[in-house]
Amino acid sequence: MYRIRFHGRGGQGMKTASRILGTAFFLEGYEVQDAPRYGAERRGAPIFAYVRADHSLINERGIIRYPDLVVVADDSLVAIPAAGVLSGITDHTLLLINSADDEAVWQERLNYRGTILILPVAAGIVDRSELPYAGAACAGAAARLSGVIAQEALEQAVKDELAELGPEVVASNLANALAAFNTMAPHAGRVEEGALVSAAGYRPPEWIELPFDDARISSPTIHATATSVMVKTGLWRTQRPVIDYDRCKGCWWVCSSYCPDGAINVVDARPVVDYDHCKGCMVCVAQCPPHAIEAVAEQQAREEEAGLPAEETP
Amino acid sequence: MKRTLLTGNGAAAWGARLAGVDYVPAFPITPQTEIIETLANWIDTGEMPGRLVTMESEHSMITAAGGAAATGVRVFSATSSQGLLYAMEMLYSVSGWRAPFVLVNVSRGLSAPITLEPDHNDILAARDSGFLQIHCASCQEVLDSTLMAYRLAEDERVRLPVIVNLDGFYLSFTREPVQIPDSSAARQFVGPFDAENIRFRASAPESQAVAVLGGGPYSYFRYETHLAAMNGLAVYDEIADEFSDLFGRRHDMVEAYRADDAEYLFVMMGSFANKAREAVDRMRDEDWAIGLIRPRLLRPLPSSRLQQLLAGRRGVAVIDQNLSMGMGGVLHSELAAALYGRSDAPPVVASFIGGLGGRDITTEEFFEMAKSLRRAVDKGRTPPPRLLYTESELREVRQLQAIAQVERQHLGEADE
Repeated sequence: MYRIRFHGRGGQGMKTASRILGTAFFLEGYEVQDAPRYGAERRGAPIFAYVRADHSLINERGIIRYPDLVVVADDSLVAIPAAGVLSGITDHTLLLINSADDEAVWQERLNYRGTILILPVAAGIVDRSELPYAGAACAGAAARLSGVIAQEALEQAVKDELAELGPEVVASNLANALAAFNTMAPHAGRVEEGALVSAAGYRPPEWIELPFDDARISSPTIHATATSVMVKTGLWRTQRPVIDYDRCKGCWWVCSSYCPDGAINVVDARPVVDYDHCKGCMVCVAQCPPHAIEAVAEQQAREEEAGLPAEETP
Repeated sequence: MKRTLLTGNGAAAWGARLAGVDYVPAFPITPQTEIIETLANWIDTGEMPGRLVTMESEHSMITAAGGAAATGVRVFSATSSQGLLYAMEMLYSVSGWRAPFVLVNVSRGLSAPITLEPDHNDILAARDSGFLQIHCASCQEVLDSTLMAYRLAEDERVRLPVIVNLDGFYLSFTREPVQIPDSSAARQFVGPFDAENIRFRASAPESQAVAVLGGGPYSYFRYETHLAAMNGLAVYDEIADEFSDLFGRRHDMVEAYRADDAEYLFVMMGSFANKAREAVDRMRDEDWAIGLIRPRLLRPLPSSRLQQLLAGRRGVAVIDQNLSMGMGGVLHSELAAALYGRSDAPPVVASFIGGLGGRDITTEEFFEMAKSLRRAVDKGRTPPPRLLYTESELREVRQLQAIAQVERQHLGEADE
């Protein structure tokens, strides 16, 4: 059985990637399961989707514990533990990372002994909001890495899954999927189907008896105030609102009232964006009366920030 | 007949569409919403006739469903978890009206703490409501069971609403190959809704909200509802045979997998039973005589079928994806009641609780359950109930509690 996991951010097309790959396997005669996994989240939040494909009925269900292939659409997720990108990977797992850095860099960064391949979709894309195309590319690459999906099946799968979105979307995704399919040609068939769990010589679960705890400890209560402050939802941002204080008229009640996350603070009668919690919805950019807030691609903003002296960042 | 990839939610919507539903009162809730979105889209584009109305709550939704069914139209609705519980008062009412319709429930654990992932405490809370219950393990079953549920609900010997249950995420959002029956074949199977003596009509007032003072009449009406539910067993078998003849797929009220020669059996409901099936296959590879029993029908409870299937086995492990506080697993106690006093009952019926709030049950855990079952049988002693819970899971909780403690000291108590 093939067990494949796609990791990305909400909006980058990971569910679509899993559906394209699932349909492609199905068209090749496989039994298939594909599913996304997300919580109560939104655009930019880490999500994953997975595909199982086998020649017989699939009884396994739910998240894939030990993947044969992990496709990472957004390399900034690797460093976020909650994204679970590296969960359950073994030396057997093939890791495909959409990144501008090369294999050697990732091999060292992750201290990983298995195979890492790079899918260079991110090269040349500064604005992460353009990464939705990564979904089709990831599906195309995974299809080729499996080695059992023909180009025709991939093409048909892209058309089937995206037909509702119109011919232009189909065409651009098809181009991206096929480009990735061709890029991965030298690695066709590199993904190996994982083994079944054997009932002989398995590792037994470390079950315990759950002890009784006093209700003061065991009730699901958050005792402290303002704990949500500690969740850095700013990591979900693909675009960053940047205030040009030369043009800001100081009507802070406009932008700070419209901000749905309360992420614009007022300091000395000036609005200041709390980048730890701004999710990058750009409502403030649309509402600012003097048009003093600009949308900057997050990656570009971070690179500029890294090169700037600290005092220039408000 | 077309075989295509569908989610469990998509399969439920197809079931409603193929059953020729007239009316869909709706209210959104994760992980069910995709069902009503799909139906709304079809009705909007004219691909499906009928009317969908978004209501202000699940309580109103079930009231509308019961009211509409009492006029003799075919009704479908769907909900999940908190929504099902919010509708609870009306579940009992509309079954008492003897209004037949189909409600799909997408199982999701109950608050508090709140979660999105599945277990069966929501659907089991409706256990005694008078709705019959069919529990599904695949997307195909969701579609097929929805069609079968209309036959069961509308049969003159039953005439009760039916819930078709599927697990959130594991079925609701999971695509897998599903045969979509031809519309004409589905219509032929489901047939027209013969409203018989249901004639709640405009300008012809009837009261469904009857009050009875005194236990005699009350007991009569309630027990008649129970007898109708019990009739569901024989009716279900007829429907399953007919479905199998027409579509070539068998959905017995109890699935028995590799059970014929099994000395040991897992018993569980819902999509997690697929995991048990996988474990059975792997253990059969190692010459274990083990199988799986999966009740699809929970109400009415197929007691005699379960008694037959479990007779003479060495041991049974019941895995409950639910927890009755202060008692334990619901399926375990129902099964124990069904087996009690029978000379051919298995000597050991062990209870395991697992999969609460979508907590995974690994293949290795099935192996281990079977192993501890075999140990118990060898010793001749039923083991105490076990929660499937590992050391690392508790460690994770302890870490969260440590953070909470620090937060309390740094943030909470500083405020006081």
